[in-house]
Amino acid sequence: MADQDLEPGQHSSAAMTSVEQDEHEAPGGVVAGRARQGMFGVRGWGDTSGYGGLTLPAYVPAPAQRPYGGWFDELTDELLAAMAERGVPTAAIQQVTLDRGEITYYVRREHLVALCRALRDDPALRFELCSSVSGVDYGAEVAQRLHAVYHLTSMTYRRRIRLEVAVNVDDAHVPSVVEVYPTADWHERETWDMYGIVFDGHPALTRILMPDDWDGHPQRKDYPLGGIPVEYKGAEIPPPDQRRVYS
Amino acid sequence: MTTRQHTGQQHTGQQHSETEPAHTIASGTTDTASDTGPDPYAATARETTEGRVYTVTGGDWDSLIEDWRHDERIVVNMGPQHPSTHGVLRLVLELEGEVVTQARSVIGYLHTGIEKNCEYRTWTQGVTFVTRADYLSPLFNEAAYCLATEKLLGITAPRRAQVIRVLLMELNRVGSHLVAIATGGMELGALTGMTAGFREREEVLHLLEFLTGLRMNHAFIRPGGVAQDLPEGYDTKIRDFLKVMDSRLPDYDKLLTGQPIWKQRLQQVGYLPLDGCLQLGVTGPILRCAGLEWDLRKVEPYCGYEEYEFEVPTSTDADCYARYVLRVEEIHQSLKIVAQCLDKLEPGPVMVADPKIAWPAQLSLGSDGMGNSLEHVRKIMGQSMEALIHHFKLVTEGFAVPPGQVYSVVESPRGELGYHLVSDGGTRPLRVHVRDPSFVNLQSLPAMSEGGLIADVIAAVASIDPVMGGVDR
Repeated sequence: MADQDLEPGQHSSAAMTSVEQDEHEAPGGVVAGRARQGMFGVRGWGDTSGYGGLTLPAYVPAPAQRPYGGWFDELTDELLAAMAERGVPTAAIQQVTLDRGEITYYVRREHLVALCRALRDDPALRFELCSSVSGVDYGAEVAQRLHAVYHLTSMTYRRRIRLEVAVNVDDAHVPSVVEVYPTADWHERETWDMYGIVFDGHPALTRILMPDDWDGHPQRKDYPLGGIPVEYKGAEIPPPDQRRVYS
Repeated sequence: MTTRQHTGQQHTGQQHSETEPAHTIASGTTDTASDTGPDPYAATARETTEGRVYTVTGGDWDSLIEDWRHDERIVVNMGPQHPSTHGVLRLVLELEGEVVTQARSVIGYLHTGIEKNCEYRTWTQGVTFVTRADYLSPLFNEAAYCLATEKLLGITAPRRAQVIRVLLMELNRVGSHLVAIATGGMELGALTGMTAGFREREEVLHLLEFLTGLRMNHAFIRPGGVAQDLPEGYDTKIRDFLKVMDSRLPDYDKLLTGQPIWKQRLQQVGYLPLDGCLQLGVTGPILRCAGLEWDLRKVEPYCGYEEYEFEVPTSTDADCYARYVLRVEEIHQSLKIVAQCLDKLEPGPVMVADPKIAWPAQLSLGSDGMGNSLEHVRKIMGQSMEALIHHFKLVTEGFAVPPGQVYSVVESPRGELGYHLVSDGGTRPLRVHVRDPSFVNLQSLPAMSEGGLIADVIAAVASIDPVMGGVDR
């Protein structure tokens, strides 16, 4: 790609945030939330509140604009340079988001492993520790509802970043980063167990918390919490997932 | 009674035809059987697809030796219920003689779905769940969860609440390290170490009960501050506790630190150098014993830790003994921090002022136990309808948290305890992920124990100090 020839610092924010749409990606960027209707969390019966027509669109994390401020600019420049050195296209980073003092790189899955390797090995980056890998399910109505979230820590520079990969539920495949970060082994097994994200290339992707013969992936939003109603002095309290929701 | 199962590889020469009765240990070794009928404690065997599986209960190993004579490779299945596996942890060990050639840990026996349950509760109720994850360091779970929630909300707890959090966390660290030493001692046969450790931990629990109301699972640290102020007389109680600990901690050095058996069991056992620690994501005492001075209280201070004077002990030995010595030293350092907290505690609020977040009622002790203060009840029931509505909505509905995600860490007794919280803007978390240090550190067990003796596996597990409540959540 032409972008690879650019020196660090020459990348404009437009190049960073432009989204080259893949067919598996959701239109309009990464959706991270569900849309809402009405107020007071009333649902399941007639609209007596008068606010039923209100709609709140789904939350989409805003792409950050340069300059990011703090060490985020320096880090991003170094990252782009390291990517260019290793032949990882700039388009590997789908979006950069700054929120509450934390930086998130939304990454296209094809380049995840190469990106992690660059982040770990480049002397200016040195993200030696993969703190955590976790899955997030944003709900059945969200496109690319499953996210694999990687928290990387640089002990040399004392920085933390977040990589996020969004996938569709019917194509929930993400390359495994175990070859770069061996610690991701159990994290990825847990994410597979709980969310059904398949980490391709994992040495032994088996269930870790649930029994081996378990059906389904318990932490998906469409998997019921379960529970039984509790009766106390004649009053019956429904299980937690059947109680009134205000959220 | 604990049972251990042993899988031996099937000898082709011992295959039984279908007509023959299955060979069992009891009938095969009649030379030791007495005349008084079948021995109820004799080992039993059954055929499985993976070879013959024996169940032995101890004291009957002799009856198995005949079968094992030509078979060097044994797979021992230790746990999940076993006094020396540090909780419901199952170890699958492949042995050649006494040497472990492969070790694998199997977890999930204590999975309680804490993360999923949090998604069905308000942000405040989440504290009650996460405090039960790593049950030896409940206050760290609460603090990390609340720090993450506060980061999402964009608020900071008042200073007095921060100092109280530090105070409680350090007391909790003392208790947790004492249990690590006590259970580790028990697993290695140092039973006096266990009784001493649990005796001192009881002091910690008594103190925490006085300060928070509960010995464990306190749910005392809440988003925005702490549930209530410290009770009257806390200063004297804590100073008394510090005196007791200062007088008793040297006993550990006398009992264990220089003791030849203790040293022989632990020194140069469970070795894990720095590069191994980083690759396996190991943090906490194990990492510091490998030589890296990585303590989140120092490198990423939270709750005002930058104001406290304490040292981060390290070692380069990277073995089980170094981890034991380091934990004892960390107890001393924690007590130092507790003493500093007492000097820093100044009167002030313990919860943010924002009435949309702060719990509306203050707790007080009534004739029927702890509950909303009478003053508050009088106000909402007798004077202000709006206050009643506000109270009701905040308690049943909770507060809304702006959408987004954060990852927030604290240094728990076992390492980096991180909370990855995602909010979709509602009054319940969309996702609560606990990056539990026990879960990650336990991955280092094969690296520590393969190639060593089976007895050293126990020492290695004890030095990792995994808490299965945190591992399985």
